[in-house]
Amino acid sequence: MAHLLVVGAKSDLGRELARLFAAEGYSLYLAARNSGELAEECEHLRIRYGVQAVARELDILEYGAHAGFYESLEPKPDGVICAAGYLGDNVKAMEDFREAKRIMDTNYTGPVSILNICAADFRKRASGFIIGISSVAGERGKQSNNIYGSAKAGFSAYLSGLRNSLCKSGVRVITVKPGYMDTRMTRGMKFPPILTAQPEDAARDIVRAWKKGRDVVYTKWIWKFIMVVIIHIPEKIFKKINF
Amino acid sequence: MDTVPVTRTRPTQGGLKKLANWGNYPVIEALEESFASATELKGMLAGAHGTTRVIARGNGRCYGDSSLAGMVVSTLRHGRFLSFTESSGELACQSGVMLKEILDTFVPRGWFLSVTPGTKFITVGGAIASDVHGKNHHADGSFSRYVASMQLMLASGEVVLCSRETNCELFEATCGGMGLTGVILSATIRLRRIATAFIRQETAKARNLAEIMELFEKSATWSYSVAWIDCLSQSGQGGRSILFRGEHASPHEAGGASPLRIPPRHTINLPFFLPAAMLNGFTVRAFNAAYYACATKGAATAIVDYDAFFYPLDGILHWNRIYGRNGFVQYQFVLPKASAAKGLAEILRKISSGGQGSFLAVLKLLGKGENLISFPMEGYTMALDFPVTKKLFPLLEELDKMVIEYGGRLYLAKDSRMGAATFNAGYPNAPEFRRLRGRLDPAGIFGSLQSARLGI
Repeated sequence: MAHLLVVGAKSDLGRELARLFAAEGYSLYLAARNSGELAEECEHLRIRYGVQAVARELDILEYGAHAGFYESLEPKPDGVICAAGYLGDNVKAMEDFREAKRIMDTNYTGPVSILNICAADFRKRASGFIIGISSVAGERGKQSNNIYGSAKAGFSAYLSGLRNSLCKSGVRVITVKPGYMDTRMTRGMKFPPILTAQPEDAARDIVRAWKKGRDVVYTKWIWKFIMVVIIHIPEKIFKKINF
Repeated sequence: MDTVPVTRTRPTQGGLKKLANWGNYPVIEALEESFASATELKGMLAGAHGTTRVIARGNGRCYGDSSLAGMVVSTLRHGRFLSFTESSGELACQSGVMLKEILDTFVPRGWFLSVTPGTKFITVGGAIASDVHGKNHHADGSFSRYVASMQLMLASGEVVLCSRETNCELFEATCGGMGLTGVILSATIRLRRIATAFIRQETAKARNLAEIMELFEKSATWSYSVAWIDCLSQSGQGGRSILFRGEHASPHEAGGASPLRIPPRHTINLPFFLPAAMLNGFTVRAFNAAYYACATKGAATAIVDYDAFFYPLDGILHWNRIYGRNGFVQYQFVLPKASAAKGLAEILRKISSGGQGSFLAVLKLLGKGENLISFPMEGYTMALDFPVTKKLFPLLEELDKMVIEYGGRLYLAKDSRMGAATFNAGYPNAPEFRRLRGRLDPAGIFGSLQSARLGI
């Protein structure tokens, strides 16, 4: 039976992805901080999909513990999803470096630490897949979330290089770039509904892309075209736009 | 991939959303929140205190305004299975679990819902709050009969376990209580064993009301029975119908190597509202005549999967849009057995003369009623769809009077317009329900547009 590791399993997108992969027959390691809160979800997955599901404690910021964490997984996962993320408060982050660092570490440093470990194992076994949840925010920095955006830009670049490096080993890497999403992380923010994905819809897009062998997936799909436009706005104009 | 038609709403300014239930009437602007845990919900109730009324809402498949209020708390993100006991078939789950999820999970393992209404796109919480019934009500009662226990959050934020044994009064007021006693957090329901996912269906034609009622009486030993009735035709004495009755098929009858699996269903979607003028006396009469003519004379047997037998309309996503943007009212009433023959005939005559018929007129024999204000009572229930027009409401007022005169009542889960007097006359336990509400929720935290209209 195939196993999947979900890092950031408490996030809305992580939870929905775990459910869809369970429906595909994957047994699950749900990893997050305070993993005791995942007990109910594990039981749901067991009853609903008839798969194994266990919660594992993982703090994405405790880099030192990551190798031991992966070591403890037996059997080793056949795929990993990294859905950990922290939006943070950009205004605060510009004044207080601790907030900036937390945003960067949760969205970039931590994911790189854990995925490096998974990638090394997958490379050795010459199989497996890695799905990294990045963001359209990483495509071009804007004033309202430049710290978060820069961390996601770094993560996107990391995933792209990792794909390049693992391609010959038969290990797949998928970069996911969600646009607006209606999750706990964005609660209270007002997004235009037509541009906003529900986590269950985004998860469905991602699984479809995984099945079709895609490398990069935007969700909602419309964001692919929005970002083409945004990327091509000349800097002279872009710097003056207020968003 | 399989898509569940989760009710989506369109956000508007100021955090308010346009909300309507299945009938698309009425449409209101309300604050919509969702909760994933009891703690979150408790905070929401405390926050709403004194500002607006709160009502829980599942998948929005009641037809009228039962789950509409200033603040609506959606249970859809509170949808986990909690435990399943193989020996007894008892499933504990959170209130936002949809019946479709239960079927997808447990039919392949040989279990079925003990009671199911005509759609699987409703939540367990909604099924209890409306105390829904199905094609087996005459034999097996309504949904609540298979609820072993449930957890309810009261207006105070306190979570109470209730069942027929513990806090019985609360349990019986909550089953069919339209969410007015509190928010159902989770429930333990009993599933029934099945050998196959198929139904042996038999259809029989009846030329008039007397014949169909006789057929129902003769079909009392069948597990499932329901009839389609032509509410416009006045040929014979009116009321030509087709009875559908069914039994769970045996593996031999179902055939095939895996009788608990059914082929994936192809759904079609009605992507936009049809113009209301599409439905008129002429088109409905033509449809009804063709439908009746197409049914085989005498009794015809077929083996059909459970989707086709129980959920024919779920195959058309958003079928409610057929009635146009102004929405529709589903008028469902029940008349006691003794007065049903006379009452139904009179009501059918009234509807036929008005010319505002519906494709979907359904007749069903119900068994004895339970609980405080649940809809079912021993007798015949009829459900009719009417597109909302100016002419409609005076007609329905007249029908209300007839229903009450014959000792019947209207179904709260379908209602969007009845007056308090009609409710009071149909539900003799209304005063007791009000007293209990007053005691449980003195500050009036919970309430819906419907409860305000009916004064409960």
